[in-house]
Amino acid sequence: MLNKNIFLSTVVGAALLSAPSFAAKMHPETGEKLADDQTFTYRLLDEHSSVDPQIVEDVSGSEVVRNLFEGLYNQDNYGNLVPGVALSHEVSADKQTYTFKLRQDAKWSDGKPVTAGDFVFAWQRASDPKTASPYAWYVELMSLENAKAIIDGEKTPSELGVKAIDDHTLEVKLSVPLPYFPLMTTHSTTFPSPKWAIDAHGADWTKPGNIVSNGAYVLSEHKPQEQAVLVRNENYWDNANTIIDKVVTLVINDENVALTRYKAGELDRTEVPAGQYPSLKEQYPDQAIAFPRLCNYYYTFNLSDSGPEFFKDVRVRKALAYSLDRNVITERVLQGGQFPAYTFTPAVTAGFEVPGVEYAGLSQKERDAKAMELMAEAGYSKDNPLKFNLVYNTSEGHKKIAIAMTQMWKQKLGVEVTMNNMEWKTFLNERGNQNFELARGAWCGDYNEASTFLDLLTTASGYNDGKYSNAEVDQLMADAKTADNAQPNYTRVEEIVAGEMPVIPIYHYTNVYMMDANLKNWPVENAEQNWYAKNLYKVAD
Amino acid sequence: MLGYIFRRLAISIPTLLVLIVLSFVLMHAAPGGPFTSERPLPPEVLANIEAKYGLDKPLIAQIFNYIGGIVTSFDFGPSFKYKDRSVNDIIASGFPITLTYGFLSFIVAFVVGCALGVAAALKKNSWLDYFAVGISIGAQVLPNFVMAPILVIIFTLWLGWLPGGGWNNGHWANIIMPVIALSTSYMASIARLTRSSMLEVMNTNFIRTAQAKGLPAHVIVRKHALKPALLPVISYLGPTFVAMITGSVIVDVYFSTGGIGQAYVNSALTRDYAVMMGITILIGALTILFNLVVDILYAWIDPKIRY
Amino acid sequence: MVFGTDKIESLAQAVVEADEVKGRSLYADARRRFMQNKAAMTGLMLLCLVFLFAMFGQYVAAWSNEEIDWNLLGASAELGAPSVANGHYFGTDEMGRDLYARVVQGTRISLMVGIVGAFIAVSIGTLYGAIAGYVGGRVDNLMMRFVDIMQSIPYMFILILLLVVFGRSIFMLFVGIGLISWLDMSRIARGQTLSIKNMEYVSAARATGVKPLTIILRHVVPNMLGVVIVYATLLIPSMIITESFISFLGLGVQEPNTSWGALISEGSSTIQYGTYWQLAFPLFFFVISLFSFFFIGDGLRDALDPKDR
Repeated sequence: MLNKNIFLSTVVGAALLSAPSFAAKMHPETGEKLADDQTFTYRLLDEHSSVDPQIVEDVSGSEVVRNLFEGLYNQDNYGNLVPGVALSHEVSADKQTYTFKLRQDAKWSDGKPVTAGDFVFAWQRASDPKTASPYAWYVELMSLENAKAIIDGEKTPSELGVKAIDDHTLEVKLSVPLPYFPLMTTHSTTFPSPKWAIDAHGADWTKPGNIVSNGAYVLSEHKPQEQAVLVRNENYWDNANTIIDKVVTLVINDENVALTRYKAGELDRTEVPAGQYPSLKEQYPDQAIAFPRLCNYYYTFNLSDSGPEFFKDVRVRKALAYSLDRNVITERVLQGGQFPAYTFTPAVTAGFEVPGVEYAGLSQKERDAKAMELMAEAGYSKDNPLKFNLVYNTSEGHKKIAIAMTQMWKQKLGVEVTMNNMEWKTFLNERGNQNFELARGAWCGDYNEASTFLDLLTTASGYNDGKYSNAEVDQLMADAKTADNAQPNYTRVEEIVAGEMPVIPIYHYTNVYMMDANLKNWPVENAEQNWYAKNLYKVAD
Repeated sequence: MLGYIFRRLAISIPTLLVLIVLSFVLMHAAPGGPFTSERPLPPEVLANIEAKYGLDKPLIAQIFNYIGGIVTSFDFGPSFKYKDRSVNDIIASGFPITLTYGFLSFIVAFVVGCALGVAAALKKNSWLDYFAVGISIGAQVLPNFVMAPILVIIFTLWLGWLPGGGWNNGHWANIIMPVIALSTSYMASIARLTRSSMLEVMNTNFIRTAQAKGLPAHVIVRKHALKPALLPVISYLGPTFVAMITGSVIVDVYFSTGGIGQAYVNSALTRDYAVMMGITILIGALTILFNLVVDILYAWIDPKIRY
Repeated sequence: MVFGTDKIESLAQAVVEADEVKGRSLYADARRRFMQNKAAMTGLMLLCLVFLFAMFGQYVAAWSNEEIDWNLLGASAELGAPSVANGHYFGTDEMGRDLYARVVQGTRISLMVGIVGAFIAVSIGTLYGAIAGYVGGRVDNLMMRFVDIMQSIPYMFILILLLVVFGRSIFMLFVGIGLISWLDMSRIARGQTLSIKNMEYVSAARATGVKPLTIILRHVVPNMLGVVIVYATLLIPSMIITESFISFLGLGVQEPNTSWGALISEGSSTIQYGTYWQLAFPLFFFVISLFSFFFIGDGLRDALDPKDR
């Protein structure tokens, strides 16, 4: 698969190089007439945290970094690997040594060639305690030799398991075999960084004018909290095939104002506020789009010692989960094509088959009946109602869902819920310290595989704020790491979770955008939404 | 007077120190830190980050280091959230913006507010008075978070006259909506305060004497009434001026102006300690300074006032 | 009004207990003048109506403030408009809840917030400012620098700490409101005091050995009441708006309860989707209450102005 892609892109690349004027007017593959102005302007919810590949930690920052820098591999519109700086790789017999072959024509924006040494520098830099990267753990996750010891300060970064054999050959040594290692090289933490620029400018190296990047674009302007402008990197190896000339990010915190500005023609892409998708779809059928995203939304019970006694009763947990009409939440509250969730893992996850857990197959009426039965068994009634607190962080969307949930519980089961909102950091602190009864949670996959979700429910997970613990789940997830086919394990885990209901899955996300109808090739089928501006183009009206 | 000003400037240093220490303690007492996130960092990674920013040291040491950095090199530290920038960068890029639209808003609010207030007081219970009351209440019931999105809908979406946001290096078209949104409610307050204190002054004996002497109304207002009538307005203007030139989170959020109003609130919400402290000190210093200016103005308005 | 015998009697009393009589006649007089002020009385009546609406409005409501009308959920733009037929006199909010019931309940909260905030500002702020201004010198400097610090401190952290330490409640909301509302008022009161304390009547009182606190309460405060009252009416709307920010942090009003600030901000965020009633109704009550407060404040100012006596 990989080799075929490499072959194709080289051939197409060569063909295009010979006819660059052709690309200016018409799309080389589809023959569509291209717009004169190839500027892509999109809305950012918030200012990006950094454009330093080893430092960046937020989604919007990673998007900018992905347009500025290029790693070993990129993703295509379906999330498959395609060559970036690396053309191909070989794996040793013990599956612990990877040798990447880098392309000869890759250049930095200042004209210097991109070498294996730039990757070595970047990866060592990511693990170096002096860099203090918030994503240092990613190097650990990649299982690079000595990564943990370096982060702990016991070894020096030069001992990291990565080495430049020559300028175009990179050798990586892992501490354990990791079948999906190449997939991890599309992440921004692994992108190369220019040592000479960092040495020359120190912390200021990411400022426009100082920054040197190896991707399709360079940062030409940055006005904090207002906008960033990325322009074509003339030295980029695939510059001839890049159609979008300029990428502009506008920071607009308020989604309703962003939508107004989109309608006024100031933006090519913005998010649709919850509940507005159907009417926008009607008005602008070719602009309003919704497609699945690799995230779930759930509420977690506090099952730790500090949690309330009544939530330790599985009947109560199940009754609450059963009586939620998820279709009402997705179709009437969110209205953006979200998927009602009965499993923790979203259906869109690569290679994951949604198991038929029991309550998913029932009708809502049957679920309600069952819920009332369970509630009665647990000893609660309208005269002796269950009362508890629910916490969520302040946000319009979370508020609406919480309101709908509490009303469903109240009307169906007579449960009395007190809603509490908190600002984000207080919320995280309270949830992280098990200082809650029922709390909102959501998780977006780090990589496109079911374990990125299901690991959250293992005892050892740092993200398991409900402190659910089941030895069988732990064992199944541990076995899944090395299993040839992990699906049976995942199916079993989802069944256990549906039976014990430590969390209430509510829905699986979609991205709901207003997108300029002339903007083409957005990777709607890439569930991780790793998009590259160099692959987009705008057609003429 | 000079001696007084000097004494006040001298006391501003301990005042700022108390402010720094109090804010520091409050900030650290609040739940969650700059690196608390949905995905808690592994302890070894967190340790490295805290070591880099000196957060691993005891609070007292952190406060001393912080004050030391300011005193010796005017260094307010790096931002914990926007890692490409220092606090000095953030204030240097944001403060000129808020200063521009804040100062313009202040001028608009002060000039229009005073004019409305004086006119309303002189023509009490006339249509002009009711008009002024109507405007000032209208301006107050439409808080800026209501006005801002409506302005964008009208001027950007419907009329297409003004850009919906951005600062664009202070282009006039980008300044208009922020100034309207920020100035109106202050303008209303100034108009109401001016009106009421003008009414009081016009009732005093010395104005009545002036009127009895047959001086023309505009002379009475200009020479005798306006100055004392401004006294309560000026008490209000001191802190208001500081609030306006340090920007408004609403304006920054709705118009993407990139000022420090938003940086201030965001830094508190994200526990970006260094940015929070930097802006707090800026606000504190300006508050102290302009309250001194207010006190000097008092003495100018009413020469009998002694400190 | 004042007849001969009364006059002699009151003069005779004045010799004995000057202040008390003066106080009594001042306020009786003020009440009479206030009652004669048409605008103020109209304002008072309007405000009473708003109060009645807040107290008893829910008895006319067909829905409670938290109940979702499932038929209207998610269709407020098409079906949620005001209608007597389905019992939603003011229409519904985004969640299909009855806006009438929500406005009634929000009015209750917001009026309370506005009045408590203004009350704290007037009582604490005025007294604090008057003392600082009257005593002057080092005390003044110290007291006002404290206000400087309070005004510059990151207020948000105080609110968050209040939430974490004491938990949420309406009472803590008032504490939060109270903590900021008095600061500006104290500045204004101090500024006025600096000027008033040089007046002849204050000097006279001082010369006759009246205690400072008595001078402040009897002479200084009454003479700045005009400005104080007008500023208090300015504070009411700003406190009502501040409440929605405090609730954002988690201290204060929580769903399913609401307030004018929350209703207005929700209404304004959806204005472009055609649900104008979500903004119009809460705004209407906000507007008429502010008009009432304004005219009542104005009437009080005129009635209490000692120079008019």
